[in-house]
Amino acid sequence: MSDTTVHIIEARTPPPETIRKWTVSRIVGTALCGVWIALGAGLVWSLYNAFDPDVFFKYMPRMADGLIITVKLVVFSIIFGGLLAIPMAFARMSKSDIIRGCAFGYVYFFRGTPLLGQMFLMYYGAGQFVDQLESLGLWWFFRDAYNCVLLTFVLNTTAYQAEIYKTAIESIPRGQHEAAESLGLKKGLTFWKIIFPQAMITALRPLGNEIILMIKGSAVASLVTVFDLMGATKLAFSRTFDFNVYLWAAIIYFSIVETLRRTWDWLEKRLTRHLVR
Amino acid sequence: MMDLITQLAWGPGGWGDELAAGTLLTVSLALATLPFGLAIGLLIAVAKTSGERSLQTAANIYTTIFRGLPELLTLLIVYYGGQIVLQRIFALFTDAYVEVNGFVAGMVALGLVFSAFSSEVFASAFRGIPAGQPEAAQALGMTRWQAFRLVTLPQLIRLSIGGLSNLWLILLKETSLVSVIALNDLLRNTNVAVGSTKQPLFFYSVALLIYLVLSLISAKGLGAVEAHVKRGEQRTA
Repeated sequence: MSDTTVHIIEARTPPPETIRKWTVSRIVGTALCGVWIALGAGLVWSLYNAFDPDVFFKYMPRMADGLIITVKLVVFSIIFGGLLAIPMAFARMSKSDIIRGCAFGYVYFFRGTPLLGQMFLMYYGAGQFVDQLESLGLWWFFRDAYNCVLLTFVLNTTAYQAEIYKTAIESIPRGQHEAAESLGLKKGLTFWKIIFPQAMITALRPLGNEIILMIKGSAVASLVTVFDLMGATKLAFSRTFDFNVYLWAAIIYFSIVETLRRTWDWLEKRLTRHLVR
Repeated sequence: MMDLITQLAWGPGGWGDELAAGTLLTVSLALATLPFGLAIGLLIAVAKTSGERSLQTAANIYTTIFRGLPELLTLLIVYYGGQIVLQRIFALFTDAYVEVNGFVAGMVALGLVFSAFSSEVFASAFRGIPAGQPEAAQALGMTRWQAFRLVTLPQLIRLSIGGLSNLWLILLKETSLVSVIALNDLLRNTNVAVGSTKQPLFFYSVALLIYLVLSLISAKGLGAVEAHVKRGEQRTA
């Protein structure tokens, strides 16, 4: 074993740099990106060129007020809807056929019909029963279009969120219930400490989608005289015929939805980091 | 209650025929949007799953924009913006007044939104098909088109049918937005009926029931389609 020689591999030249060829897909892709850049530039140019300070300073504050109404509508309906959705989710999973059937009917109705139609039914339908509602002392509530819209949104999102929670709760393996029971934990404690936190993580993504749907859906409130962001925009357009107001509104809505979506992605990543293997 | 039912009579005395005409328009708008939405969505999904960076970027911008805007706003922008753009183009040739067809505007706007969402469904379905399959098909001597048509597409349909069914139900409901741009769909004809009879509770309930029946029928039909395309997946215990 004396003639063992050590062979050192000589340094080699690095592999030649790969040249990205101009394939058809690359040409098409670059062209399409070019179209987007052109459209973006066109948008900026249109906003800048046709900028009317009178319109801007007169209607921007109204749109800001509208934005607050939109945010209020979405936040309240998501929160109240969420509170109603948990009992509704349990009703959907109930052992009693009657309760389960009623909850199913409720969810099916609100998910199977357009939000716009539900809103019309609530708003104009309430107007048909002024006397009855007045005698019940409820007319002050239904007189305001904002309240009718909020109520419709709450009922609507309750149905969607109930379905989300139901799916999430059912996705928790039965072994978790059984393990908790064998440890002697009570039913309520099992739910709040074991099932609910895990279910919420499953529900997180669809819940984020539901909030985004609600932000976008809330624009229909403008059709029953609520001056949310969309309502203020439509008012500005009908008075000035300045098309730019729609583009401003588009930018505002888009920024909100995008910010929320990205925040939600980040939130989900952070909350599920212990599940990543 | 009886006089409410007679309000639904056919002919000039009742609103039955108007509601039926509105339902027909709602359904035909949704059906007319579907092929465009699917075709564009599929193209965008192909772009998203292609290896080419620039194509992916262009496709992602499309989805981000049309998923991020309220459908109502998209519709109004297409309707009024399309009007302005067409007017300018026409002004170069004639001074005739052009009006954007509400049906086409509705179709374009709903198609943009539908394709943005369907591209996501298709893209995740594409990712669910192992790359080895089209590769194997090509190794057997199929052309890329044959491999797509005979190997990828059947699985793609199977993987995306659930998501697409949901999108169809959403589309059916979203057609109600076109009532805003003076298109005589179900909801707008209901509005007209309410305006003339002052019976909002009754007529809106009827309209919502019609929507409900439409989605019920769709769900049944799509369920049958899903069972058909997934017939190979069934296992007998």
